[in-house]
Parts: sequence; C-alpha cells; structure tokens
Amino acid sequence: MGITQILFWSLSVLALFSAIMVVVSRNPVHSVLWLIMVFFAISGHYILLNAQFLAIVNLIVYAGAIMVLFLFVIMLMNLNADTEPQKNKWLKIAGVISGGALLLVFVAALKNVDAKAHVAQVARGDIGLIHNLGIALFHDYVVPFEISSVLFLSAMVGAVVIGKKE
Amino acid sequence: MPINYYIFLAVTLFCIGVTGVLTRRNAIIIFMCIELMLNAVNLLLVAFSKMHYQEMVKLNPTAGIDGQLFVFFIMVVAAAEVSVGLAIIVMMYRNTHSVDVNFLNRLKH
Repeated sequence: MGITQILFWSLSVLALFSAIMVVVSRNPVHSVLWLIMVFFAISGHYILLNAQFLAIVNLIVYAGAIMVLFLFVIMLMNLNADTEPQKNKWLKIAGVISGGALLLVFVAALKNVDAKAHVAQVARGDIGLIHNLGIALFHDYVVPFEISSVLFLSAMVGAVVIGKKE
Repeated sequence: MPINYYIFLAVTLFCIGVTGVLTRRNAIIIFMCIELMLNAVNLLLVAFSKMHYQEMVKLNPTAGIDGQLFVFFIMVVAAAEVSVGLAIIVMMYRNTHSVDVNFLNRLKH
C-alpha cells in the first residue's frame, strides 16, 4: 500500500465524515466549519490528481470567499444558537431513507465498472497545471470566459437589488 | 487509482448532500448542502479528466483538459449563485425573522 493509497483513503474518510457532520450539526457555525473541512479534503484530492490550479482555486473561492460569506450571513442574523425546532421526526426519517435509496440506486447501477480497465492517473500528468489550463482557457474557451464576466456583473447587480432595503 | 473509487466517493458525497437538503429546515444549511453536491460533481469531473490519461496523452497532449475547465466554470457559476442566494436568504430573514423554510409555505396560499 503506497503513499498514494494512504492519502486517498485518509482524504476520502475525512471528506465523508466531515460531510456527515455538516448535515447532523445542530449549530450552523459548526456546519460551516465542517464544510470548510470537506473543501480542504476535496482540494487534497485535486492535488493527488495533479490538478493544482483547481486545488488552489477551490481553496481560495470556496473555502476562502464563499464560506466567509456564509459565516458573515450567519453571524449577521445571529443564528449561531440552535434555532431549529424539530417537530416532525418522521419527515427526517423519510429524508434519510430517500437519500439512502438514491445512494443504493447509484451503487447498484455503477458497481459493475471494470476497475482494472478504467484508471484515473494519479500524481502525474500536466493538464492540471496553470500553463496548460491558461492556454486552453484563452484559446478555446475565451467566449464563455467573457460571458462569465457578464454573469458576475448581473449577479452583483442582483445581489444589491435584492438585498437593499425598500 | 481505479475510477470506481472516485465514482463511489463522489456519489456518496452527493447523496449526503441530498439527504441534508431533505432533512434540514434551515435555509442556510440547505444551501450549504447544495454546495456540497456541486463539489461532489466537481471531484468526479476532475477524476474523469484524468481517466485513460496514459493512452490519450500519446494522441493529444491536452486530452481531458476540458473537464478541468468545466470545473472552473462550475466554480464561477457557484460563486455568482451564492451571492444571489444569500441575498435572497437575507431578504427572507428580514421579512419573516426566520430562516426556517417551513415559514415559506405561505407562497402556495
């Protein structure tokens, strides 16, 4: 069992445990912190797949910007106490059963994948480096890139319009 | 690593996100579970972009780079979505003084 396997399994266990803790935490601030943990584990997976640019962007955009926005909103509304009255236990059980059934369907549909024939290349390959991604982004995907700037502008205007007081 | 390990990891993360959306009533935690589902799909896209790399790189040195660029654009869209979504949640809190999604069922009356 090489170092790659050990890293893969430990990052997977960390990601799954943190994801479960996001759902079961009573306190929303704890949920945000566990979700940051999930993002760190997923960034570790990206580094393991040698997608270094995406690993850094994942940390900066998700763990850095989006999660700070969530924390800011939670603390602005003073929600860091347990404010969720759980009345309906059966609704919760039905949700868990539905999620488990979806997982069962996915696993049953995908369990026959030939593990030897389809291998994801770990720790090698240079398509994830910023040089190659930048060349592809500004040659083949330059129109979607510019359109995404318009999307950001409209999202900014929309957030201001929705969020301002009447 | 075999690709089915990545498939099962991403599918499990996605189903945990679905379960969170179905069970929790706090709008912010539901939103965070949606982010979790987006990240599961991102992880699977990156894993698929490196699949069959050793055979494909002989034909095309940038094979699979589109998958990683799709992940980049998903992150762009997710950032825009979070800014608008949190603005909607703040407005909802200002009107109802709660982020419980059960209070929003008055929309159907």
